[in-house]
Amino acid sequence: MSAVLDALAALGAGGIAVLRRIGRASLLFVAMAAGVGELLRKPGLVVAQLYGIGVLSVLLIAVAGLFVGMVLGLQGFYILSQFSAEATLGVMVAASLVRELGPVVTALLFAGRAGSALTAEIGLMKATEQLSGLEMMAVDPVRRVLTPRFYAGVLSMPLLTAMFSALGVLGGYFVGVGLLGVDGGTYWAQIEAKIDFSEDIVNGVIKSLVFGVVCTWIALYQGYDTLPTSEGVSRSTTRTVVHSALAVLGLDFILTALMFGN
Amino acid sequence: MPESESPPLVRVRGLCFRRGSRVIFDGIDLDIRRGRVTAVMGPSGTGKTTLLKLISGQLRPDRGTVEVDGVDVHALDRAGLYRLRMRMGMLFQSGALLTDLDVFENVAYPIREHTRLNESLIRRLVLIKLEAVGLRGAARLMPSQLSGGMARRVALARAIAMDPMMILYDEPFTGQDPISMGALLKLIRGLNDAVRLTSIVVSHDVRETAEIADELYVISNGKVVQHGSPEAMMRSDDPWVRQFLHGLPDGPVPFHYPAPPLADELLGAGT
Ligand SMILES: Nc1ncnc2c1ncn2[C@@H]1O[C@H](COP(=O)(O)OP(=O)(O)OP(=O)(O)O)[C@@H](O)[C@H]1O
Ligand SMILES: [Mg+2]
Repeated sequence: MSAVLDALAALGAGGIAVLRRIGRASLLFVAMAAGVGELLRKPGLVVAQLYGIGVLSVLLIAVAGLFVGMVLGLQGFYILSQFSAEATLGVMVAASLVRELGPVVTALLFAGRAGSALTAEIGLMKATEQLSGLEMMAVDPVRRVLTPRFYAGVLSMPLLTAMFSALGVLGGYFVGVGLLGVDGGTYWAQIEAKIDFSEDIVNGVIKSLVFGVVCTWIALYQGYDTLPTSEGVSRSTTRTVVHSALAVLGLDFILTALMFGN
Repeated sequence: MPESESPPLVRVRGLCFRRGSRVIFDGIDLDIRRGRVTAVMGPSGTGKTTLLKLISGQLRPDRGTVEVDGVDVHALDRAGLYRLRMRMGMLFQSGALLTDLDVFENVAYPIREHTRLNESLIRRLVLIKLEAVGLRGAARLMPSQLSGGMARRVALARAIAMDPMMILYDEPFTGQDPISMGALLKLIRGLNDAVRLTSIVVSHDVRETAEIADELYVISNGKVVQHGSPEAMMRSDDPWVRQFLHGLPDGPVPFHYPAPPLADELLGAGT
Protein backbone atom coordinates (compact mmCIF):
# COMPACT_ATOMS: atom_id res chain seq x y z
CA MET A 1 0.00 0.00 0.00
CA SER A 2 2.67 2.48 1.00
CA ALA A 3 4.74 1.38 -1.98
CA VAL A 4 1.87 2.45 -4.21
CA LEU A 5 1.62 5.76 -2.38
CA ASP A 6 5.35 6.28 -2.69
CA ALA A 7 5.21 5.57 -6.39
CA LEU A 8 2.34 8.02 -6.78
CA ALA A 9 4.19 10.66 -4.76
CA ALA A 10 7.32 10.18 -6.87
CA LEU A 11 5.25 10.47 -10.03
CA GLY A 12 3.63 13.66 -8.75
CA ALA A 13 6.96 15.16 -7.71
CA GLY A 14 8.45 14.32 -11.10
CA GLY A 15 5.47 15.85 -12.85
CA ILE A 16 5.74 19.05 -10.84
CA ALA A 17 9.47 19.26 -11.55
CA VAL A 18 8.82 18.92 -15.28
CA LEU A 19 6.10 21.58 -15.19
CA ARG A 20 8.45 23.89 -13.28
CA ARG A 21 11.15 23.44 -15.91
CA ILE A 22 8.67 24.14 -18.70
CA GLY A 23 7.58 27.25 -16.83
CA ARG A 24 11.13 28.50 -16.37
CA ALA A 25 11.98 27.78 -20.01
CA SER A 26 8.86 29.69 -21.14
CA LEU A 27 9.73 32.68 -18.96
CA LEU A 28 13.23 32.69 -20.42
CA PHE A 29 11.76 32.59 -23.92
CA VAL A 30 9.47 35.53 -23.20
CA ALA A 31 12.35 37.52 -21.70
CA MET A 32 14.57 36.87 -24.71
CA ALA A 33 11.78 37.67 -27.17
CA ALA A 34 11.13 40.94 -25.33
CA GLY A 35 14.80 41.86 -25.50
CA VAL A 36 14.75 42.41 -29.26
CA GLY A 37 14.24 46.17 -28.95
CA GLU A 38 17.39 46.69 -26.95
CA LEU A 39 19.40 44.66 -29.47
CA LEU A 40 18.24 46.85 -32.33
CA ARG A 41 19.96 49.69 -30.52
CA LYS A 42 23.11 47.63 -29.84
CA PRO A 43 23.44 45.37 -32.91
CA GLY A 44 27.13 44.88 -32.17
CA LEU A 45 26.22 42.40 -29.43
CA VAL A 46 24.51 40.08 -31.94
CA VAL A 47 27.20 40.49 -34.57
CA ALA A 48 29.88 39.36 -32.12
CA GLN A 49 27.86 36.22 -31.35
CA LEU A 50 27.11 35.52 -35.03
CA TYR A 51 30.79 34.83 -35.43
CA GLY A 52 31.01 32.21 -32.69
CA ILE A 53 27.67 30.58 -33.43
CA GLY A 54 27.35 30.96 -37.20
CA VAL A 55 30.68 31.53 -38.85
CA LEU A 56 32.52 28.84 -36.92
CA SER A 57 29.85 26.31 -37.99
CA VAL A 58 30.27 27.10 -41.69
CA LEU A 59 32.98 24.57 -42.48
CA LEU A 60 31.16 21.68 -40.83
CA ILE A 61 27.88 22.55 -42.54
CA ALA A 62 29.54 23.03 -45.93
CA VAL A 63 31.37 19.72 -45.88
CA ALA A 64 28.33 17.87 -44.58
CA GLY A 65 26.12 19.43 -47.25
CA LEU A 66 28.51 18.44 -50.00
CA PHE A 67 28.69 14.82 -48.86
CA VAL A 68 24.95 14.47 -48.33
CA GLY A 69 24.38 15.85 -51.85
CA MET A 70 26.90 13.40 -53.28
CA VAL A 71 25.20 10.45 -51.59
CA LEU A 72 21.83 11.66 -52.84
CA GLY A 73 23.29 11.85 -56.33
CA LEU A 74 24.52 8.26 -56.15
CA GLN A 75 21.42 6.70 -54.63
CA GLY A 76 19.08 8.81 -56.72
CA PHE A 77 20.85 7.82 -59.90
CA TYR A 78 20.65 4.08 -59.17
CA ILE A 79 16.95 4.21 -58.39
CA LEU A 80 15.94 6.67 -61.12
CA SER A 81 17.96 4.87 -63.79
CA GLN A 82 15.86 1.73 -63.20
CA PHE A 83 12.93 3.74 -64.57
CA SER A 84 15.08 5.52 -67.14
CA ALA A 85 14.35 8.75 -65.33
CA GLU A 86 17.94 9.90 -64.64
CA ALA A 87 17.08 13.24 -66.18
CA THR A 88 15.04 14.13 -63.09
CA LEU A 89 18.01 13.54 -60.77
CA GLY A 90 18.41 17.30 -60.22
CA VAL A 91 14.85 17.68 -58.97
CA MET A 92 15.14 14.70 -56.69
CA VAL A 93 18.35 15.96 -55.11
CA ALA A 94 17.20 19.56 -54.81
CA ALA A 95 13.73 18.76 -53.49
CA SER A 96 15.01 16.37 -50.81
CA LEU A 97 17.57 18.92 -49.71
CA VAL A 98 15.42 22.04 -49.72
CA ARG A 99 12.36 20.44 -48.19
CA GLU A 100 13.78 18.00 -45.66
CA LEU A 101 17.45 17.18 -45.42
CA GLY A 102 18.72 20.75 -45.51
CA PRO A 103 16.76 22.07 -42.53
CA VAL A 104 16.85 18.82 -40.53
CA VAL A 105 20.49 17.82 -40.94
CA THR A 106 21.67 21.41 -40.50
CA ALA A 107 19.68 21.66 -37.27
CA LEU A 108 21.07 18.38 -35.98
CA LEU A 109 24.63 19.44 -36.76
CA PHE A 110 23.96 22.89 -35.30
CA ALA A 111 22.77 21.33 -32.04
CA GLY A 112 25.94 19.26 -31.83
CA ARG A 113 28.34 22.01 -32.85
CA ALA A 114 26.89 25.34 -31.66
CA GLY A 115 24.16 24.27 -29.22
CA SER A 116 26.41 22.20 -27.01
CA ALA A 117 29.01 24.98 -27.01
CA LEU A 118 26.37 27.52 -25.97
CA THR A 119 25.17 25.34 -23.12
CA ALA A 120 28.68 24.72 -21.86
CA GLU A 121 29.55 28.41 -22.09
CA ILE A 122 26.48 29.66 -20.23
CA GLY A 123 26.66 26.78 -17.74
CA LEU A 124 30.28 27.52 -16.91
CA MET A 125 29.50 31.22 -16.58
CA LYS A 126 26.89 30.23 -14.03
CA ALA A 127 29.18 27.76 -12.25
CA THR A 128 31.96 30.35 -11.95
CA GLU A 129 29.51 32.99 -10.63
CA GLN A 130 29.97 35.23 -13.67
CA LEU A 131 26.20 35.46 -14.05
CA SER A 132 25.78 36.38 -10.37
CA GLY A 133 28.59 38.88 -10.82
CA LEU A 134 26.62 40.53 -13.62
CA GLU A 135 23.50 40.55 -11.47
CA MET A 136 25.43 42.31 -8.72
CA MET A 137 26.60 44.91 -11.22
CA ALA A 138 22.91 45.55 -11.93
CA VAL A 139 23.27 43.99 -15.38
CA ASP A 140 20.60 41.50 -16.41
CA PRO A 141 22.42 38.41 -17.71
CA VAL A 142 19.38 37.34 -19.75
CA ARG A 143 19.42 40.58 -21.70
CA ARG A 144 23.16 41.02 -21.90
CA VAL A 145 24.39 37.46 -22.35
CA LEU A 146 21.56 35.17 -23.43
CA THR A 147 19.43 37.33 -25.73
CA PRO A 148 22.22 38.27 -28.19
CA ARG A 149 23.15 34.60 -28.46
CA PHE A 150 19.52 33.68 -29.03
CA TYR A 151 19.07 36.00 -31.99
CA ALA A 152 22.46 35.08 -33.39
CA GLY A 153 21.39 31.43 -33.36
CA VAL A 154 17.99 32.19 -34.91
CA LEU A 155 19.62 34.22 -37.70
CA SER A 156 22.40 31.71 -38.33
CA MET A 157 20.20 28.69 -38.88
CA PRO A 158 18.46 29.74 -42.17
CA LEU A 159 21.77 30.94 -43.59
CA LEU A 160 23.54 27.73 -42.68
CA THR A 161 20.63 25.73 -44.06
CA ALA A 162 20.77 27.62 -47.36
CA MET A 163 24.47 26.90 -47.58
CA PHE A 164 23.94 23.23 -46.79
CA SER A 165 21.30 22.86 -49.49
CA ALA A 166 23.25 24.80 -52.11
CA LEU A 167 26.39 22.73 -51.58
CA GLY A 168 24.27 19.59 -51.53
CA VAL A 169 22.88 20.42 -54.98
CA LEU A 170 26.44 20.96 -56.17
CA GLY A 171 27.50 17.62 -54.65
CA GLY A 172 24.68 15.91 -56.49
CA TYR A 173 25.86 17.61 -59.67
CA PHE A 174 29.45 16.39 -59.25
CA VAL A 175 28.35 12.81 -58.80
CA GLY A 176 25.41 12.73 -61.22
CA VAL A 177 26.84 14.83 -64.02
CA GLY A 178 30.54 14.45 -63.42
CA LEU A 179 30.77 10.74 -62.61
CA LEU A 180 27.60 9.07 -63.80
CA GLY A 181 26.99 10.91 -67.05
CA VAL A 182 23.67 12.69 -66.46
CA ASP A 183 23.28 15.64 -68.82
CA GLY A 184 24.36 18.85 -67.04
CA GLY A 185 21.92 21.17 -68.77
CA THR A 186 19.01 18.91 -67.88
CA TYR A 187 20.13 18.72 -64.26
CA TRP A 188 19.83 22.50 -63.83
CA ALA A 189 16.84 22.97 -66.12
CA GLN A 190 14.80 20.40 -64.22
CA ILE A 191 15.63 22.06 -60.93
CA GLU A 192 14.66 25.43 -62.30
CA ALA A 193 11.38 24.13 -63.69
CA LYS A 194 10.21 21.94 -60.83
CA ILE A 195 11.41 23.58 -57.61
CA ASP A 196 8.67 25.96 -56.59
CA PHE A 197 9.60 29.10 -54.70
CA SER A 198 6.72 29.29 -52.22
CA GLU A 199 6.10 25.56 -52.01
CA ASP A 200 9.69 24.45 -51.53
CA ILE A 201 12.02 27.30 -50.70
CA VAL A 202 9.75 29.30 -48.39
CA ASN A 203 8.66 26.20 -46.53
CA GLY A 204 12.28 25.17 -46.09
CA VAL A 205 13.16 28.58 -44.72
CA ILE A 206 10.22 28.48 -42.31
CA LYS A 207 11.40 25.08 -41.08
CA SER A 208 14.94 26.30 -40.55
CA LEU A 209 13.71 29.35 -38.66
CA VAL A 210 11.61 27.19 -36.36
CA PHE A 211 14.55 24.84 -35.79
CA GLY A 212 16.81 27.81 -35.14
CA VAL A 213 14.49 29.15 -32.45
CA VAL A 214 14.01 25.75 -30.83
CA CYS A 215 17.65 24.61 -30.88
CA THR A 216 19.04 27.89 -29.59
CA TRP A 217 16.34 28.18 -26.95
CA ILE A 218 17.00 24.65 -25.69
CA ALA A 219 20.76 25.25 -25.59
CA LEU A 220 20.48 28.54 -23.71
CA TYR A 221 17.87 27.26 -21.28
CA GLN A 222 19.95 24.17 -20.47
CA GLY A 223 22.97 26.34 -19.76
CA TYR A 224 21.06 28.90 -17.73
CA ASP A 225 19.26 26.28 -15.65
CA THR A 226 22.25 24.01 -15.10
CA LEU A 227 23.43 22.75 -11.75
CA PRO A 228 26.51 24.93 -11.18
CA THR A 229 29.02 22.06 -11.05
CA SER A 230 31.15 20.34 -13.66
CA GLU A 231 28.87 17.32 -13.56
CA GLY A 232 25.81 19.53 -13.94
CA VAL A 233 27.27 21.33 -16.95
CA SER A 234 28.25 18.05 -18.58
CA ARG A 235 24.74 16.67 -18.13
CA SER A 236 23.13 19.82 -19.45
CA THR A 237 25.33 19.72 -22.53
CA THR A 238 24.24 16.17 -23.27
CA ARG A 239 20.61 17.13 -22.69
CA THR A 240 20.94 19.98 -25.17
CA VAL A 241 21.96 17.63 -27.95
CA VAL A 242 19.37 14.96 -27.11
CA HIS A 243 16.46 17.35 -26.62
CA SER A 244 17.34 19.35 -29.71
CA ALA A 245 17.56 16.25 -31.88
CA LEU A 246 14.22 14.92 -30.67
CA ALA A 247 12.55 18.32 -30.96
CA VAL A 248 13.85 18.84 -34.49
CA LEU A 249 12.75 15.41 -35.73
CA GLY A 250 9.35 15.66 -34.05
CA LEU A 251 8.72 19.20 -35.26
CA ASP A 252 9.85 18.27 -38.75
CA PHE A 253 7.13 15.65 -38.95
CA ILE A 254 4.49 18.11 -37.77
CA LEU A 255 5.67 20.89 -40.08
CA THR A 256 5.88 18.56 -43.07
CA ALA A 257 2.37 17.30 -42.39
CA LEU A 258 1.09 20.88 -42.20
CA MET A 259 2.99 22.17 -45.23
CA PHE A 260 2.81 19.30 -47.68
CA GLY A 261 -0.07 17.33 -46.17
CA ASN A 262 -2.86 18.18 -48.59
CA MET B 1 30.05 60.32 17.00
CA PRO B 2 27.04 61.58 15.09
CA GLU B 3 26.79 58.68 12.66
CA SER B 4 26.27 56.17 15.43
CA GLU B 5 22.97 57.96 16.09
CA SER B 6 21.83 57.79 12.47
CA PRO B 7 19.89 54.66 11.51
CA PRO B 8 22.01 51.73 10.38
CA LEU B 9 22.58 51.27 6.65
CA VAL B 10 21.67 47.60 6.79
CA ARG B 11 19.16 46.30 9.26
CA VAL B 12 18.58 42.55 9.37
CA ARG B 13 15.72 41.33 11.53
CA GLY B 14 14.66 37.79 12.40
CA LEU B 15 16.28 36.35 9.29
CA CYS B 16 15.59 32.67 8.70
CA PHE B 17 16.96 30.72 5.77
CA ARG B 18 17.08 27.05 4.92
CA ARG B 19 18.83 24.99 2.26
CA GLY B 20 16.71 21.90 1.84
CA SER B 21 16.25 20.64 5.37
CA ARG B 22 19.44 22.25 6.65
CA VAL B 23 18.80 25.41 8.65
CA ILE B 24 21.43 28.01 7.76
CA PHE B 25 19.99 30.99 9.67
CA ASP B 26 17.61 30.70 12.54
CA GLY B 27 16.45 34.21 13.30
CA ILE B 28 19.47 36.48 13.24
CA ASP B 29 19.54 40.24 13.82
CA LEU B 30 22.33 42.44 12.49
CA ASP B 31 22.91 46.17 12.22
CA ILE B 32 25.54 47.46 9.84
CA ARG B 33 26.30 51.04 10.75
CA ARG B 34 27.02 53.70 8.18
CA GLY B 35 30.60 54.59 7.47
CA ARG B 36 31.97 51.65 9.44
CA VAL B 37 33.79 48.47 8.65
CA THR B 38 31.79 45.58 10.01
CA ALA B 39 33.36 42.16 10.00
CA VAL B 40 31.34 38.96 9.96
CA MET B 41 33.14 35.85 11.11
CA GLY B 42 32.24 32.28 11.70
CA PRO B 43 33.39 28.76 10.99
CA SER B 44 33.51 27.59 7.39
CA GLY B 45 30.07 26.61 6.14
CA THR B 46 28.05 28.67 8.63
CA GLY B 47 26.56 30.75 5.86
CA LYS B 48 28.62 33.92 5.63
CA THR B 49 28.48 33.93 1.84
CA THR B 50 24.80 33.14 2.10
CA LEU B 51 24.33 36.16 4.36
CA LEU B 52 25.92 38.47 1.80
CA LYS B 53 23.69 37.00 -0.90
CA LEU B 54 20.63 37.59 1.25
CA ILE B 55 21.64 41.19 1.90
CA SER B 56 22.20 41.85 -1.79
CA GLY B 57 18.91 40.24 -2.78
CA GLN B 58 20.40 37.28 -4.66
CA LEU B 59 18.62 34.91 -2.32
CA ARG B 60 15.22 35.22 -0.68
CA PRO B 61 14.84 34.57 3.07
CA ASP B 62 12.21 32.16 4.36
CA ARG B 63 11.31 34.65 7.05
CA GLY B 64 12.55 37.98 8.35
CA THR B 65 13.55 41.19 6.63
CA VAL B 66 16.64 42.86 5.26
CA GLU B 67 16.52 46.62 4.96
CA VAL B 68 19.23 48.52 3.11
CA ASP B 69 19.12 52.29 3.44
CA GLY B 70 15.54 52.07 4.70
CA VAL B 71 14.11 49.91 1.93
CA ASP B 72 13.13 46.27 2.26
CA VAL B 73 15.40 44.50 -0.24
CA HIS B 74 13.08 41.57 -0.78
CA ALA B 75 10.02 43.73 -1.44
CA LEU B 76 11.71 45.48 -4.36
CA ASP B 77 10.90 44.64 -7.96
CA ARG B 78 13.69 43.87 -10.40
CA ALA B 79 14.23 47.45 -11.48
CA GLY B 80 14.31 48.64 -7.87
CA LEU B 81 16.74 45.91 -6.91
CA TYR B 82 19.03 46.84 -9.80
CA ARG B 83 18.91 50.50 -8.79
CA LEU B 84 19.94 49.50 -5.28
CA ARG B 85 22.73 47.27 -6.57
CA MET B 86 24.18 50.14 -8.55
CA ARG B 87 25.06 51.58 -5.15
CA MET B 88 26.44 48.29 -3.85
CA GLY B 89 29.66 46.56 -4.78
CA MET B 90 30.26 42.92 -4.09
CA LEU B 91 33.52 41.08 -4.13
CA PHE B 92 32.80 37.42 -4.81
CA GLN B 93 34.74 34.68 -3.09
CA SER B 94 35.67 33.34 -6.53
CA GLY B 95 36.28 36.70 -8.18
CA ALA B 96 33.57 36.10 -10.81
CA LEU B 97 35.46 37.97 -13.54
CA LEU B 98 34.11 37.72 -17.08
CA THR B 99 36.52 35.30 -18.69
CA ASP B 100 36.11 36.58 -22.26
CA LEU B 101 37.26 40.11 -21.35
CA ASP B 102 40.70 41.24 -20.23
CA VAL B 103 41.40 42.88 -16.89
CA PHE B 104 40.92 46.40 -18.19
CA GLU B 105 37.60 45.59 -19.83
CA ASN B 106 36.38 43.75 -16.76
CA VAL B 107 36.87 46.83 -14.62
CA ALA B 108 35.44 49.06 -17.34
CA TYR B 109 32.38 46.84 -17.75
CA PRO B 110 30.07 48.37 -15.13
CA ILE B 111 31.13 51.87 -16.18
CA ARG B 112 30.34 51.16 -19.82
CA GLU B 113 27.03 49.55 -18.90
CA HIS B 114 25.71 52.28 -16.67
CA THR B 115 27.25 55.53 -17.88
CA ARG B 116 27.91 57.31 -21.15
CA LEU B 117 31.37 58.55 -20.31
CA ASN B 118 33.80 59.00 -23.17
CA GLU B 119 36.63 56.60 -23.78
CA SER B 120 39.45 58.70 -22.34
CA LEU B 121 37.55 59.27 -19.11
CA ILE B 122 36.76 55.57 -18.79
CA ARG B 123 40.42 54.79 -19.37
CA ARG B 124 41.47 57.17 -16.65
CA LEU B 125 38.92 55.82 -14.17
CA VAL B 126 39.86 52.21 -14.82
CA LEU B 127 43.58 52.88 -14.49
CA ILE B 128 43.01 54.67 -11.17
CA LYS B 129 41.04 51.70 -9.83
CA LEU B 130 43.65 49.23 -11.04
CA GLU B 131 46.43 51.34 -9.55
CA ALA B 132 44.63 51.19 -6.21
CA VAL B 133 44.82 47.40 -6.20
CA GLY B 134 48.36 47.39 -7.58
CA LEU B 135 47.52 45.78 -10.90
CA ARG B 136 47.75 48.60 -13.42
CA GLY B 137 50.53 46.66 -15.14
CA ALA B 138 48.20 43.68 -15.59
CA ALA B 139 45.54 45.65 -17.46
CA ARG B 140 45.91 43.66 -20.68
CA LEU B 141 46.05 40.18 -19.17
CA MET B 142 43.13 37.81 -19.49
CA PRO B 143 41.53 36.45 -16.28
CA SER B 144 42.92 32.98 -17.06
CA GLN B 145 46.43 34.44 -16.83
CA LEU B 146 45.92 35.74 -13.28
CA SER B 147 46.60 33.98 -10.01
CA GLY B 148 43.70 33.53 -7.61
CA GLY B 149 44.86 36.41 -5.45
CA MET B 150 45.32 38.72 -8.42
CA ALA B 151 41.88 37.82 -9.77
CA ARG B 152 40.36 38.78 -6.46
CA ARG B 153 42.11 42.15 -6.53
CA VAL B 154 40.82 42.80 -10.06
CA ALA B 155 37.35 41.89 -8.83
CA LEU B 156 37.82 44.43 -6.05
CA ALA B 157 38.79 47.10 -8.58
CA ARG B 158 35.62 46.26 -10.48
CA ALA B 159 33.50 46.36 -7.32
CA ILE B 160 34.65 49.90 -6.58
CA ALA B 161 34.45 51.05 -10.20
CA MET B 162 31.05 52.68 -9.76
CA ASP B 163 31.94 54.28 -6.40
CA PRO B 164 29.26 52.44 -4.43
CA MET B 165 27.95 53.46 -1.00
CA MET B 166 28.54 49.99 0.39
CA ILE B 167 30.86 47.13 -0.46
CA LEU B 168 30.41 43.52 0.53
CA TYR B 169 33.72 41.70 0.68
CA ASP B 170 33.60 37.91 0.64
CA GLU B 171 36.96 36.62 1.86
CA PRO B 172 39.07 39.40 0.32
CA PHE B 173 42.30 38.12 1.88
CA THR B 174 42.36 34.49 0.80
CA GLY B 175 45.32 33.77 -1.42
CA GLN B 176 47.10 37.07 -0.74
CA ASP B 177 50.77 37.22 0.23
CA PRO B 178 51.64 39.30 3.33
CA ILE B 179 52.45 42.36 1.24
CA SER B 180 49.28 42.49 -0.82
CA MET B 181 47.38 41.52 2.32
CA GLY B 182 48.69 44.60 4.07
CA ALA B 183 47.93 46.72 1.01
CA LEU B 184 44.40 45.34 0.83
CA LEU B 185 43.76 45.99 4.50
CA LYS B 186 44.90 49.56 4.03
CA LEU B 187 42.83 49.87 0.88
CA ILE B 188 39.63 48.62 2.49
CA ARG B 189 40.07 50.85 5.51
CA GLY B 190 41.18 53.76 3.34
CA LEU B 191 38.25 53.48 0.92
CA ASN B 192 35.93 53.29 3.84
CA ASP B 193 37.24 56.45 5.47
CA ALA B 194 38.03 58.51 2.38
CA VAL B 195 34.55 58.41 0.85
CA ARG B 196 32.59 57.37 3.93
CA LEU B 197 31.71 54.03 2.48
CA THR B 198 30.18 51.24 4.48
CA SER B 199 31.97 47.92 4.35
CA ILE B 200 31.00 44.42 5.33
CA VAL B 201 33.98 42.09 5.43
CA VAL B 202 33.59 38.34 5.65
CA SER B 203 36.86 36.75 6.56
CA HIS B 204 38.64 34.04 8.47
CA ASP B 205 41.75 36.08 9.06
CA VAL B 206 40.82 37.02 12.59
CA ARG B 207 43.81 39.12 13.57
CA GLU B 208 44.00 41.15 10.37
CA THR B 209 40.30 41.69 10.10
CA ALA B 210 39.98 42.70 13.72
CA GLU B 211 42.65 45.31 13.06
CA ILE B 212 40.56 47.22 10.53
CA ALA B 213 37.04 46.41 11.74
CA ASP B 214 35.00 48.78 13.89
CA GLU B 215 32.56 46.07 14.80
CA LEU B 216 32.68 42.31 14.80
CA TYR B 217 29.87 39.78 14.44
CA VAL B 218 30.53 36.13 15.10
CA ILE B 219 27.90 33.76 13.75
CA SER B 220 27.57 30.04 14.15
CA ASN B 221 24.81 27.47 13.91
CA GLY B 222 22.41 29.99 12.46
CA LYS B 223 22.73 32.44 15.33
CA VAL B 224 24.73 35.52 16.14
CA VAL B 225 26.99 34.25 18.91
CA GLN B 226 28.30 37.63 19.93
CA HIS B 227 28.98 41.08 18.59
CA GLY B 228 30.84 44.16 19.66
CA SER B 229 34.07 46.03 19.13
CA PRO B 230 37.09 43.89 18.22
CA GLU B 231 38.88 44.75 21.46
CA ALA B 232 35.95 43.71 23.59
CA MET B 233 35.51 40.53 21.59
CA MET B 234 39.17 39.61 21.88
CA ARG B 235 38.90 39.93 25.64
CA SER B 236 35.63 37.99 25.74
CA ASP B 237 35.33 35.16 28.26
CA ASP B 238 32.77 33.29 26.21
CA PRO B 239 34.48 29.93 25.57
CA TRP B 240 33.04 29.75 22.08
CA VAL B 241 34.26 33.21 21.03
CA ARG B 242 37.63 32.61 22.71
CA GLN B 243 38.16 29.38 20.87
CA PHE B 244 37.18 30.82 17.52
CA LEU B 245 39.01 34.12 17.69
CA HIS B 246 42.18 32.60 19.11
CA GLY B 247 42.08 29.49 16.97
CA LEU B 248 42.27 27.04 19.87
CA PRO B 249 41.92 23.39 18.86
CA ASP B 250 39.80 22.37 21.86
CA GLY B 251 36.54 23.92 22.88
CA PRO B 252 32.86 24.04 22.07
CA VAL B 253 33.24 24.85 18.35
CA PRO B 254 32.85 21.72 16.24
CA PHE B 255 35.33 21.24 13.41
CA HIS B 256 33.06 18.64 11.82
CA TYR B 257 30.00 19.04 9.64
CA PRO B 258 27.11 17.42 11.56
CA ALA B 259 27.44 13.63 11.32
CA PRO B 260 26.71 10.47 13.27
CA PRO B 261 29.59 9.22 15.45
CA LEU B 262 32.48 7.88 13.38
CA ALA B 263 32.47 4.51 15.16
CA ASP B 264 28.81 3.94 14.25
CA GLU B 265 29.47 4.73 10.65
CA LEU B 266 32.57 2.54 10.41
CA LEU B 267 30.72 -0.38 12.00
CA GLY B 268 27.96 0.03 9.47
CA ALA B 269 25.27 0.95 12.01
CA GLY B 270 22.15 2.46 10.55
CA THR B 271 22.64 1.11 7.06
N1 LIG C 1 23.59 26.02 -3.64
C1 LIG C 1 23.52 25.38 -2.46
N2 LIG C 1 22.66 24.37 -2.28
C2 LIG C 1 22.57 23.74 -1.11
N3 LIG C 1 23.29 24.06 -0.03
C3 LIG C 1 24.17 25.06 -0.13
C4 LIG C 1 24.34 25.78 -1.36
N4 LIG C 1 25.27 26.73 -1.15
C5 LIG C 1 25.67 26.60 0.12
N5 LIG C 1 25.03 25.60 0.74
C6 LIG C 1 25.17 25.21 2.14
O1 LIG C 1 24.98 26.37 2.89
C7 LIG C 1 25.91 26.44 3.95
C8 LIG C 1 26.51 27.82 4.00
O2 LIG C 1 27.26 28.05 2.83
P1 LIG C 1 28.12 29.36 2.67
O3 LIG C 1 28.75 29.29 1.33
O4 LIG C 1 27.26 30.53 2.97
O5 LIG C 1 29.22 29.17 3.82
P2 LIG C 1 30.38 30.16 4.24
O6 LIG C 1 30.11 30.54 5.64
O7 LIG C 1 30.54 31.23 3.25
O8 LIG C 1 31.64 29.20 4.22
P3 LIG C 1 33.15 29.51 3.79
O9 LIG C 1 33.74 30.28 4.90
O10 LIG C 1 33.78 28.18 3.64
O11 LIG C 1 33.09 30.28 2.52
C9 LIG C 1 26.93 25.35 3.73
O12 LIG C 1 26.80 24.43 4.78
C10 LIG C 1 26.56 24.68 2.44
O13 LIG C 1 26.52 23.28 2.65
MG1 LIG D 1 31.87 31.68 1.80
